[in-house]
Amino acid sequence: MGRTRVQAAERVAGRVVARRGERVLGALAAAGVAATVVMALWVTPPDAVQGDVFRLIYLHVPAAWLAYLAFAVVFVASIAYLRTQRTRWDRLAAASAEVGVLFTALTLVIGSIWAKPVWGTWWTWDPRLTTTAILLLIYLGYLAVRRLPDSPARRGRWAAVVGVVGFVDVPIVHLSVTWWRSLHQAPAVARFAPRMAPSMAWTLVLAVVAFTLLYAYIVTLRLRVGRLEERAMAEALSPRLGPGAGASASASPEAQAAEEVPAGG
Amino acid sequence: MTMLRQAAAIAGKDLRIEVRGRYALGAVLPFAATLLIAFGMSLGPGETLLRETAPGLLWLAVMFASVLSFRRAYQAEGEDGALEGLALAPIDRAAVFLGKAAAVAVQLWALEVAIVLLVSGLFGLPVGRGVGVMMAGFALGTVGLAAVGSLFGVLEESPRAREAVFPLLVLPLATPVLLAGVKATALATAGRGGQAGGWLGLLGAFDAVFLAAGTLVFGYLLDD
Repeated sequence: MGRTRVQAAERVAGRVVARRGERVLGALAAAGVAATVVMALWVTPPDAVQGDVFRLIYLHVPAAWLAYLAFAVVFVASIAYLRTQRTRWDRLAAASAEVGVLFTALTLVIGSIWAKPVWGTWWTWDPRLTTTAILLLIYLGYLAVRRLPDSPARRGRWAAVVGVVGFVDVPIVHLSVTWWRSLHQAPAVARFAPRMAPSMAWTLVLAVVAFTLLYAYIVTLRLRVGRLEERAMAEALSPRLGPGAGASASASPEAQAAEEVPAGG
Repeated sequence: MTMLRQAAAIAGKDLRIEVRGRYALGAVLPFAATLLIAFGMSLGPGETLLRETAPGLLWLAVMFASVLSFRRAYQAEGEDGALEGLALAPIDRAAVFLGKAAAVAVQLWALEVAIVLLVSGLFGLPVGRGVGVMMAGFALGTVGLAAVGSLFGVLEESPRAREAVFPLLVLPLATPVLLAGVKATALATAGRGGQAGGWLGLLGAFDAVFLAAGTLVFGYLLDD
């Protein structure tokens, strides 16, 4: 009895530490994002050619970085899940994929808003743009596959296979799209000015760090929600197996048969 | 060696089902023809535009038709618990993947011959020129498509399978096949088949990656 109480206390303590770590992470992410906003909007100079529109880079580049980071995490977590069959890896892959899809979409939207004044068009079939669009579609497919199977173990395995194969496909997609463009005409995108003002470069680094913290924070939250979902599901199912099971066993056979029909059919 | 023999047995079984059921001939080919005629009508009777877009339309028809073929390849397994039987059979899981991919590839090759003839007739694509390069493009591209399709075709057998998920997964993954296939066909029919080497190489690389990945991970999809 005493031992279980100690274990329970340890579990509670672990949860408290985890929650505190989560809050610290959230505070750091918020501070980083706030500092990025200040640096990007007031401290850095406007671009010599593009003017203030160029400040979108402090959103666009970190968002794109997060997209690829998130999908790399999905890849690693998927391999780990296939090897160990531990649910936590599946939960991590799912959380990371959701955040990755969000930031891939954000990258495309911000890029589009930036492209309109600078290139004069919302969209161009540039290799990087096209690869990012395909990336979004592949991982929307990943999330769709997660909703297919009826058992968690099967869902984890199917999703993990898509997570591995999808990531392996990305370099081939990028290569093919790059060749597809370069055989016809020079890339439509002008490269960034080779030299940036130091304050611009540092703000970009800060933005990337802040967004990475934000990513870690969102994934942590999503993981906790995932655990709670699983527990809620287990609790919703358990009354039938717990003390209530005896009551339902004594119920009339017709009622039981009626209950079994939808499950068996 | 035994694995290849097992794969050949699976492929033979699937091809026998196709020969007896004639699904590719009776449903997929008419579907591809419908698509091509719809493309022709939507792009108008101007011959130049049709000839220029023909390689792309050709490959689009192949991709959409292939989606139907993959679905068919696993539909038969869904009946009477045949898939469980395959999963329980004392054979290598990778052999199931390779066998099904081979059977679908053979069906697609046959379909492609018909689709190419249709396109040459409907859109005036000069398929006689650079026929070797074009055939190499179809040969390699089909293997890649068949690998992706027979890897994820199992998902169609989910009790909650939704029609849109499979194409949503397969078509973006197969983007390199579409691009490289269209380019190889366009170069070949323009009499510049010599420049298609890079694209054929890309198709070969895609085949290698997806055959290897499928061989490695297919077992996990079959597990229960």
